[in-house]
Amino acid sequence: MLQIKRYVRATSLAEAYELNRKKSNCILGGGVWLRLSNRRIDTAIDLSDLGLDQIEESEGEFSIGCMATIRQIERHEGLNAYTSGAVRDAVQDIVGVQLRNMATVGGSLFGRFGFSDLLTVFCALDSYVELYQGGIISLREFANKPYDRDILVRLIVKKTPLACAFACVRNTRTDFSVLNCAVSVQGNRALAVVGARPMKAACYEGELDESFPERVASSLSFGSNLRGSEAYRRKLCAVLVRRALEKAGGKR
Amino acid sequence: MTVTIFLNGNKITEDVSPDETLLSFVRSHGCKSVKCGCETTNCGLCTVFLEDTPVLSCALLAVRADQKKVTTLEGLPKEAEEFGSFLADQGAEQCGFCNPGLIMNAIALFRENPHPSDEEIKRYLAGNLCRCSGYEGQMRAIKEFVRWRDSNEQRQ
Amino acid sequence: MNSVSKPIRKKDAMQLVTGKPVYTDDLAPENCLIVKLLRSPHANAMIEHIDVSKALLVPGVEAIYTYLDIPKGSRRFTCAGQTYPEPSPYDRLLLDKHVRFVGDPVAILAGTDEKALQRAMKLIKVEYKVLPAVLDFRTAKDNPVLVHPEADWESLCPVGADNRRNLCAHDECGSGDIEGVLASSDIVIDRVYHTKACQQTMMEPFATFCTIDAYGRLNVVSSTQIVFHCRRIIANALGIPKTMIRVSKPRIGGGFGAKQTSVSEIYPAFVTWKTKKPSKIVFTREETQTASSPRHEMELHVRLGATKEGIVRAIDLYTLSNTGAYGEHGPTTVGLSGHKSIPLYGKAEAFRFVTDVVYTNVMSAGAYRGYGATQGLFAVESAVNELAEKLGIDPFVLREKNIVKEGDVMPAYYGETLTSCALDRCLQKVKEMIGWEQKGQVRSVGENRVRCLGMGMAMQGSGISGVDVGGATLRLGEEGIYLLSIAAADMGTGCDTTLAQIAAEVLDCSPDRISVFGADTDASPYDSGSYASSTAFVTGKATEKCALKLREKIETLGASLLGAERKDVTFDGEKVSYQDNFVTLSEIAAASMAGRGTLEVTECHTSPNSPPPFMVGACELEVDLETGEVEVVEFDAAVDCGTPLNPNLVRVQAEGGILQGIGMALYENIEYSEEGVARHNSLMQYKIPTRMDVGRIRVAIESSYEPQGPFGAKSVGEVVINTPLPAIADALSKAVGVRFTELPILPEQIALKKRFFRE
Repeated sequence: MLQIKRYVRATSLAEAYELNRKKSNCILGGGVWLRLSNRRIDTAIDLSDLGLDQIEESEGEFSIGCMATIRQIERHEGLNAYTSGAVRDAVQDIVGVQLRNMATVGGSLFGRFGFSDLLTVFCALDSYVELYQGGIISLREFANKPYDRDILVRLIVKKTPLACAFACVRNTRTDFSVLNCAVSVQGNRALAVVGARPMKAACYEGELDESFPERVASSLSFGSNLRGSEAYRRKLCAVLVRRALEKAGGKR
Repeated sequence: MTVTIFLNGNKITEDVSPDETLLSFVRSHGCKSVKCGCETTNCGLCTVFLEDTPVLSCALLAVRADQKKVTTLEGLPKEAEEFGSFLADQGAEQCGFCNPGLIMNAIALFRENPHPSDEEIKRYLAGNLCRCSGYEGQMRAIKEFVRWRDSNEQRQ
Repeated sequence: MNSVSKPIRKKDAMQLVTGKPVYTDDLAPENCLIVKLLRSPHANAMIEHIDVSKALLVPGVEAIYTYLDIPKGSRRFTCAGQTYPEPSPYDRLLLDKHVRFVGDPVAILAGTDEKALQRAMKLIKVEYKVLPAVLDFRTAKDNPVLVHPEADWESLCPVGADNRRNLCAHDECGSGDIEGVLASSDIVIDRVYHTKACQQTMMEPFATFCTIDAYGRLNVVSSTQIVFHCRRIIANALGIPKTMIRVSKPRIGGGFGAKQTSVSEIYPAFVTWKTKKPSKIVFTREETQTASSPRHEMELHVRLGATKEGIVRAIDLYTLSNTGAYGEHGPTTVGLSGHKSIPLYGKAEAFRFVTDVVYTNVMSAGAYRGYGATQGLFAVESAVNELAEKLGIDPFVLREKNIVKEGDVMPAYYGETLTSCALDRCLQKVKEMIGWEQKGQVRSVGENRVRCLGMGMAMQGSGISGVDVGGATLRLGEEGIYLLSIAAADMGTGCDTTLAQIAAEVLDCSPDRISVFGADTDASPYDSGSYASSTAFVTGKATEKCALKLREKIETLGASLLGAERKDVTFDGEKVSYQDNFVTLSEIAAASMAGRGTLEVTECHTSPNSPPPFMVGACELEVDLETGEVEVVEFDAAVDCGTPLNPNLVRVQAEGGILQGIGMALYENIEYSEEGVARHNSLMQYKIPTRMDVGRIRVAIESSYEPQGPFGAKSVGEVVINTPLPAIADALSKAVGVRFTELPILPEQIALKKRFFRE
């Protein structure tokens, strides 16, 4: 059972960062699955008052505050126009509207969960995270960074010209993905990001040719869990990468 | 810590534990329509509006609703009866346990999208589970309700 | 008819849709003690030592009970809600030194707040002697590890149980020369099928609260389908007289059989009896999914012999059923796997049906809609579908050649004669609805995409013959209003309304004139409860009889007020008339309250037969052969439930049952870790269908008239879950080219052409 001693609405990132240095404290994202853990938290730190719940679009990029909800990115016209709906495709089957109204982009990405559909789709884009201490680093680099006490302040998606698409398989429509994948294509180079392997999203970049999907499937590692076996995931990987490429190609 | 929550229009100021869920808070204030069905955000039974947005009260700490407006089905008696009577006409309320959560989210859907397609209805309400109905009766009720509401509006 | 067969609203509908506090946890007294259970982390273990002293010191903890608090020599009991003597063995204690599955209660904690109890739970020191566990039910029979080695284990009925062999029940029956007919059959389908311990997953978890009333009696309010059985079970568990217990149920947030077992009641009952303070337990979803009363896992071996023309000549079925750690509903569910599947084939010359029900170290199974018939029909109907494919005969045509007909004697259905049957019309109807002939059974709709069709038939019963008792009391009140009192349990099924419709039909009034009360062991007439598809048929008949008697009494009293004979008066629902004179119902009611004899009637009903309802269902699926994803485009079904008492409620019952069947066929999986821990322990892991998972479900009602039922009605609640399993399995088998014999059939199996998920 989750236990929290103290709750603080931070008035600045500096305050939040100071508080969060203590291991027994914790930054709240949407907090949706916080209660599933058996944690004892001294101070729960809420970033709600810091104005970080906006999605800003400029000529060159999208800047998505860490407290923006998944529902906001699902409904953001500019982001979905730029990604040809790939972002919406990635998130619209996550549990339900109510959950997506709560779950935040920051919380989802900071957790770097294996099942994350968000991490997969944004890794396929030219994405960066702004960390309070660590500055701006690429999302793909962040995905492989060990967990620390820094704060993910915003997600930045550069409007690099590329074609992208998302594909996944779920045992029921709103379940976690058995496997998810996002691709982006620039010229004859393709990037495939595959998540829910069930390990967290991994990338494969290479020349876009007929054998690309098979190369992705054979170079990445997969595992088994309740939702599917390693063999099934490997097979799905090639199929989904191929289909995502077709989808992206159709939209170029 | 002390919070002030505007629950169905009533200002409530009181001490809550930082780990108390909004679900437990609203139930302890008599809003028993809000049910706990799963504890893992999967069933939608605990749907309430935070400001005007449908959220899962089982996954929201009550302290985070401080200074905010929270609405449960008890706060929307007219809408509940209006839409609910269409469920009743189908027999689709069945055991009734999922109904308040469903009706809350359906109201949110109608506010956001007054003329949803079948696909939009299904997607918006996907997070509201029901084990009795097979969802068909709920779908019939929603469509009948929209038809009735539109013809009512035309008359006015 | 004016009331029966009308699609009226449920009496409680508006209260439910406006979110009124009508369920157990809504009604529990504020500040009552909260009850929590410390559960075993081991699948099979002996408690060597247990120390609660530190836990008791936590502020807010009122009491903690362990097996040491259960009087020595207490008799074992069963939590199955069945008529005494229960076929389920007496194999439980409230708390036992021997814990038999991961989740078996070790201690009962009661306190004023949940946090204190959580803290206390961690402070209970338990030393276990961990024993080897029986986790694979195929190895349970005659396994040297015994789930119930205890000497005081009891089986009250001759069900072939033997705890020294891990056998909860064993039975054999048959007719004709099964081996001879199989040997001379042109073709024999020989297959083994496997279904899992699916969860009812009603939206309301198990919940009970208890108080002590003004007479010092234990007052139990619970979300239960079986108030009277519950009273006995609590009396057995606590070792107190039944007269000291009252059980009632408020609105129930779904049951589907889960609440035909006393899963939660005994714990707060014990706490309140001991402390004399109000207490409540509300199971978490995890407890509801992992320590409850799911469907019996079964392995079914079918041998089906037929002529090359497709006439089914013999069915040989061996069912192995897994009852888990305790025997609730074990001996009885297994029977339906054969008795409600084999009789569909009216031309068979021989059948044999052998069953073993075994104990294992997983959670006890219980009653789930379909109750064994679901598993049996999946196996037999799948075998028949395979037969059709092998012989190149259309599955509908093959059914038409074989089905049981009105007037047939059914040897595998306890020798009963079929008195109503629209199975032939159901077949015809569904074939049209789904467009079977136009579409073809498998067709390509794109690269690696196919559409496929499949079908299946089903039957169930209507109550348990000669055992189930339905009861109804009707009273004429002031102002001519009736009160119908019952102990059948409306759990969303709408029986409060349909029974009122029956009474209203007899009494020539609107169902609105009839208030319904129930269920309460102190005030309702005896009724075995709502299960086994008994309520519409058995309690319905009791209600009809009761209303007829009351009508007679009203006429008699009215006649006497008019100075006439009963035979000379008429009653139109409002007044009793004799020539030009009349007395109104309220005048009659007033007279009855002024010394002219009370107008109250109680009737009970037991049926010597259990007329089966029938159903035919067919699906159209779209399958992605590469990823294995399945889209249920459409499921069409026709149901014969005799006269539909309320077509709206029949329809929603059928639609809901079908979706549960679809869930069992495609999504709902149960797995255990090697240590016996249930892995599908939440709605995050145990996936019931969402509204996105299914296209259209369409239901047609093909009425027959069952002479033994109230206004021709049979049951409908259970039969509706059965057809999706064989229909979907067959459609997928034909599309993929692999005969799927295990449920659920997950995308992985389809994509990799695997018959089993863990292959």
